[in-house]
Amino acid sequence: MSAAVQDGAEVGARVEHRLGPVEQIPYGEARAFDVAGQQVAVFRIRDGRVRALSAVCTHRGGPIADGQTDLKVVLCPLHLNAFDLDTGCSTTGAPPLQHYDVRLDGAEIVLTL
Amino acid sequence: MTALQQRPSTGSGNERAGSGGEGSKRRLVVIGNGMAGARAVEEILARGGAEMFDITMFGDEPYGNYNRIMLSHVLSGEESHDDIYLNTLEWYADNDITLHAGVRVDRIDRYAHLVVTDDGRTEPYDELIIATGSRSFMPPMEGLRGPSTGSGDGGGGLLPGVFAFRTIDDTRAMIEHATHDDHHRAVVIGGGLLGLEAARGLQHYGLDVTVVHSPAHLMNAQLGPEGGEILRQSMEALGIHVICGNRSTAVWGPDKVRGLRLKDGAELECDLVVVAAGIRPNTEVAMLSGLTVERAIVVDDHMRVLDEDDIYAVGECVQHRGEVYGLVAPLWEQAVVLADQITGHDPTAAYLGSRTATKLKVAGVDVASMGLTSPEKETDEHIVFSEPKRGVFKSIVIRDDKIVGATLLGDSSKVAFLQQAFDRGLALPEQRVELMFDLGGPSEEVGVAELADDAQVCNCNGVSKKAIVDCVTGGCKTVSGVMDKTRAGKGCGTCKGLVAQLVEHAAGGAVEEDPAASYYVPGIGMGKAPLMEIIRERRLMTPSAVFAALAPDGAEDAKSKMGLASLLKMMWGEDYVEEKDARFINDRVNANIQRDGTFSVVPQMRGGVTTADQLRRIADVADKYSVPMVKLTGGQRIDLLGIKKEDLPGVWADLDMPSGYAYGKSFRTVKTCVGQEFCRFGTGDSTKLGVEIETRMQGMESPAKMKLAVSGCPRNCAESLCKDVGIVAIEGGRWEIYVGGAAGAHIRKGDLLCTVDTADEAKTITGRFLQYYRESANWLERTYAWVPRVGVEHIRAVVVEDSEGIAERLDAAVQLHADTHVDPWTQGKDPMTPGQFRTALPLEVLPHVPADRATELLGGAW
Repeated sequence: MSAAVQDGAEVGARVEHRLGPVEQIPYGEARAFDVAGQQVAVFRIRDGRVRALSAVCTHRGGPIADGQTDLKVVLCPLHLNAFDLDTGCSTTGAPPLQHYDVRLDGAEIVLTL
Repeated sequence: MTALQQRPSTGSGNERAGSGGEGSKRRLVVIGNGMAGARAVEEILARGGAEMFDITMFGDEPYGNYNRIMLSHVLSGEESHDDIYLNTLEWYADNDITLHAGVRVDRIDRYAHLVVTDDGRTEPYDELIIATGSRSFMPPMEGLRGPSTGSGDGGGGLLPGVFAFRTIDDTRAMIEHATHDDHHRAVVIGGGLLGLEAARGLQHYGLDVTVVHSPAHLMNAQLGPEGGEILRQSMEALGIHVICGNRSTAVWGPDKVRGLRLKDGAELECDLVVVAAGIRPNTEVAMLSGLTVERAIVVDDHMRVLDEDDIYAVGECVQHRGEVYGLVAPLWEQAVVLADQITGHDPTAAYLGSRTATKLKVAGVDVASMGLTSPEKETDEHIVFSEPKRGVFKSIVIRDDKIVGATLLGDSSKVAFLQQAFDRGLALPEQRVELMFDLGGPSEEVGVAELADDAQVCNCNGVSKKAIVDCVTGGCKTVSGVMDKTRAGKGCGTCKGLVAQLVEHAAGGAVEEDPAASYYVPGIGMGKAPLMEIIRERRLMTPSAVFAALAPDGAEDAKSKMGLASLLKMMWGEDYVEEKDARFINDRVNANIQRDGTFSVVPQMRGGVTTADQLRRIADVADKYSVPMVKLTGGQRIDLLGIKKEDLPGVWADLDMPSGYAYGKSFRTVKTCVGQEFCRFGTGDSTKLGVEIETRMQGMESPAKMKLAVSGCPRNCAESLCKDVGIVAIEGGRWEIYVGGAAGAHIRKGDLLCTVDTADEAKTITGRFLQYYRESANWLERTYAWVPRVGVEHIRAVVVEDSEGIAERLDAAVQLHADTHVDPWTQGKDPMTPGQFRTALPLEVLPHVPADRATELLGGAW
């Protein structure tokens, strides 16, 4: 499923994308979005924060949005490489994942690309 | 102050701590500054002890703390005095420890809570540790002590030229005496480890050395007679004379030692005598102070002395469960328990005794010894290899398929495996000779030292020996730490033993125990049994509730979620509150994730039995969803591979078959043969029993997967001997039940649990065994590891003989599962969470596996 991409206000060269209500992501899980041609996994952490990383694992292409999370990391489901949710850096030695700025506007997910 | 509240109330000690002393810290006094005392303090500091205690140590010797084991290296000149310090005086200052070096404690006033020193001072304590160690035993010998100095300890008043071999001072004096130009001959009394090391060391000073040993063979504590004889030959080959079965009765001087007389009247002229005839615990302080002393100071499993809550003892001066240890490994284990107790870090910590194993080089000869040196029972197996010419001797004693003793002399290449097998009761190779020698190419048993740097240790993640060694050299000294960092052993797990050996090798014996190794899940600091108790007590129903209540800072841990969810589901059953994020993706979508993010779908085929109608539906699904590959599984089912996540609900609906659970840490399959209804050899209806067991147990969550089989006769066509539970029909309508078998990454033949008279009993025992396994095994611990760990005898007692009176409860738990089980594939109609089946790789055109893979493989035209 590909999220509707809406053009938002430009911040410098960056564009805000509205990805819809946060309710589509259960707490502690992630869902994947196609944002302007990029595959992005958006996490809804159990403490209420949202975070966004590239949806494809740098190790062997695993689906990051299917991973398990805590307050700090997500584990790729294929080989359990761990990535920091804030930075995308791997704590298990894999190359880092791209991380994206994401925030909630009310109940709506807003991702800046 | 929290430290006090954590400790069990101990009456006066706590009140004193609250009122007296500087600030709010308790006063910890340690009598003894040897390896045990200092190690105990190190362990205490590692548990935040600096915040809790003002520490004062008393040491007999006027030095910091040094490694006594290395004294023989100092004697041989391989190390200098300075090299063997474990803790220099600066260490004490840095850690705010008051060290009274060269001050002796004479007695303890238990009532006033203070110790009295030989210079008349007193030092109050709130907690006290006795670590007085031991001293050299001086056998009675005429002329041993000079006429004028009758008193004093073992070190003082000896005839000049006679030395104990216990301290730096002993060693220095010995070297000085040995280097004297007029001194040519030395006698060492005692042919144990220390004596032989002394003999070899003295040879470096050009002395002609004779060892006099009163037992019949050398190193009799570690070696049997044959091993002792070969060691004697090796010593003689080094130029050390050995006299066994004879005892020295007198030395003569008068100014300094000139000779020594033996029991048989023989006389040896000599210029130097070293007494290394064993050690005796230093218990005088304890005895004078009214503590219970038998062979040594008696301590309980918490390392406390009897009847005193505030006094602990550790090291060679203690007697625990009747044992007194003279090796360093038990001392380290004791220090850990002591520190856990005294700091309140782990009130459940208990020392249960040590299995002593020694691995050393004696005078240049490798000696490794553990457990028995010879068989004791008629049924014990004894494997012996002897090659005196090369000085090689190997002996292994096996009881009930476990190593209970081993001796290696002159070649310790197999010691790492043997020691592991001895410590952990590992399964042994059928060909016992493989325990002693490497047959064939490189395998796990190859001595790790000989492995090439680029040898691949972990074949799943491609980790080399060098990567592991580098990681250890880089400062990571725990096995689990190295596994985390390098990912070695994180695949199938077969190489874990080898990784552990390599870490040990690279750390030179300084491997640190990772406390987390005993945790049920890494994020919560407790083992399974205590964790279950607290969960039950506080009625914690969800993983997030468990984290909030029990994890450090209440922080959830991704790696722990899956294990917790499984445990809670097992404990609470229907009452468990599902949190989908705690589940691995497989359990969230009830299918097995594949390398490209698609899933495999395996419908249930109980006992491997299917129908034309089911096969037709599977074929239709394969067509409708363009399933790239259809394959038979090892568990007698059909696997549809390459299904997109979003197609799962549709596939399930079209199949209209229940889940086969080919994705979970759960009950998987029961493989069966056709049995007596069709097979001309069959003696039991294996398919019927298999189908019934699968119906009853389907979907049961467990610490690791459970694969079963039922065979209709001992020809065992369903391979029951290598299953978690394998059942075999035997003539007479009876059924054998094997448990703990495996034929995957590990190979293990199951142990015969019992033989039962009816299929119903087989079903009951199977359920009861699996329920006990669910409750007892560690997370991800397969039965092939769990059964040998807890012992099939114990399992038989609980499961078959109901020794713990829990059989009824276990049976009821299985019944409850059977009654309340719901097929998870019904979730396809009504997803449990938003987007449960939404793709996670939105731009990918899945699947990546080639379409028509079967046609490609099979070549199409057949």
